[in-house]
Amino acid sequence: MAILEVKDLEVYYGVIQAIKGISFEVNQGEIIALIGANGAGKTTTLQTITGLIPAKAGKIIYEGNDITRIASHKLVSMGMAHVPEGRRVFAQLTVLQNLKLGAYTRKDKKEIEETLGAIYKRFPRLEERKNQQAGTLSGGEQQMLAMGRALMSHPKLIVMDEPSMGLSPIYVNEIFDIIKEINDSGTTVLLVEQNAKKALSIADKAYVLETGKIVLSGDAKELMNDDSVKKAYLSE
Amino acid sequence: MSFLSYLISGISLGSIYAIIALGYTMVYGIARMLNFAHGDIIMVGGFAIFTVVSTLGMAPLLGIITAAAVCTLLGVTIEFVAYRPLRGASSLAVLITAIGVSYLLQNLALLIFGSNARQFTSVVTMPGLKLAGGRLSISGETIVTILVCIVIMMSLTAFINKTRIGQAMLAVSEDRGAAALMGINVNRTIAITFAIGSALAAIAGALLCSTYPSLTPYTGSMPGIKAFVAAVFGGIGSIPGALLGGIILGVVENLSKAYISSQLSDAIVFSLLIVILLVRPTGILGKKINEKV
Repeated sequence: MAILEVKDLEVYYGVIQAIKGISFEVNQGEIIALIGANGAGKTTTLQTITGLIPAKAGKIIYEGNDITRIASHKLVSMGMAHVPEGRRVFAQLTVLQNLKLGAYTRKDKKEIEETLGAIYKRFPRLEERKNQQAGTLSGGEQQMLAMGRALMSHPKLIVMDEPSMGLSPIYVNEIFDIIKEINDSGTTVLLVEQNAKKALSIADKAYVLETGKIVLSGDAKELMNDDSVKKAYLSE
Repeated sequence: MSFLSYLISGISLGSIYAIIALGYTMVYGIARMLNFAHGDIIMVGGFAIFTVVSTLGMAPLLGIITAAAVCTLLGVTIEFVAYRPLRGASSLAVLITAIGVSYLLQNLALLIFGSNARQFTSVVTMPGLKLAGGRLSISGETIVTILVCIVIMMSLTAFINKTRIGQAMLAVSEDRGAAALMGINVNRTIAITFAIGSALAAIAGALLCSTYPSLTPYTGSMPGIKAFVAAVFGGIGSIPGALLGGIILGVVENLSKAYISSQLSDAIVFSLLIVILLVRPTGILGKKINEKV
């Protein structure tokens, strides 16, 4: 069953059309990857889904509800979390304050504590540094914090924008392992990545974006062996 | 002994500046705008108390509560009508709008209450203190002002650090987009900030008019500008900065009046601001803004 459907989506920045009518689906329990070069419209697509940028035309359906015109802050309590590009942790606040803000829409204190415990278990480094200002963490740790913060809302669908950007190779592997784990524990993942190789290695299905259009889509394993994908995105 | 007396009344004046500066600094920190109409909210608070207490003859405390309610409503309305539609606009457009709102409030007050100064009856009933065998006397207004300022600072700090809304304010002040992704309603958070700032302006109005009991439509304008200076002084966006900036400003102003020249006191205050900003462009407690690449 599709948890998220994007239909004929068009997005403009002023007069420039960034997204030229794309459609795709994310099924419950899957990892879906959107891959493509810089400027292909990956981040724009995600930001339109989570309401940060308005759509000019088309529809976004989440769990059967039209969310095309719904404000970002309302989507969180509907079960959608967004790990933004560049992590955007609250640098002046502590790690713990950041995590608690992730649970902003939840009321039950006991449940929040339980989620926090689970997140500390998954990211032990966040517990070690819980009283440290988020801005003092390394890039990889900030990415973990951004993911942990999104998980604090207990999402059904987690949308991740370039989680591996700017990280050292060791962290990149770790981050992708964690994404797989998050998915294994039942959360659907929509992933945008420039690191196509890594993204395809964990995704179920993938869509290739080029200048605002989907040019290719299919099973992630098949795309990995596709000649044009290999040439353009896997640098082989 | 007279030095001590000038110092204490300077701290009291500074406390009023600090309470006003809090409104400036919170709104700037969270909405990233300078609300130049903030000073005139003080004046509206003053007239609200004047109307309730002197005209309708009700208790001073009721007057303050009414004024706080009126100012809160006014602040939220101004934000909704004048500033919210400009959320994505350039900061210059917002600044000009704020100046426009300031003139609007002054002229509305002029229309309703006229330009004659009204004699404001102090809302403070506490008697003054005489210390050191009567050589040092401190008025009730001075004591109450300082106490109120301390209470406001402590409660506001606790509010921001301990409550959900306070944490939302911190999040919005750092990154509006990321805050929205946490499920925080950014517009509502900004509205709450205006509500708190305006209620504080009403309290500042009560204290200001009790200490300097002459009320005109322009009463809020100069203290508003000085409180803005205090906020910049201490580091705009910083709550302890507003307190520190306000107190320093009040003390410097009062001591200059006493020992140098009452005509030059404002010039001295503003020169000090220029010097501080030359040395520390972000103010005394201001945070250095790190541009991320």
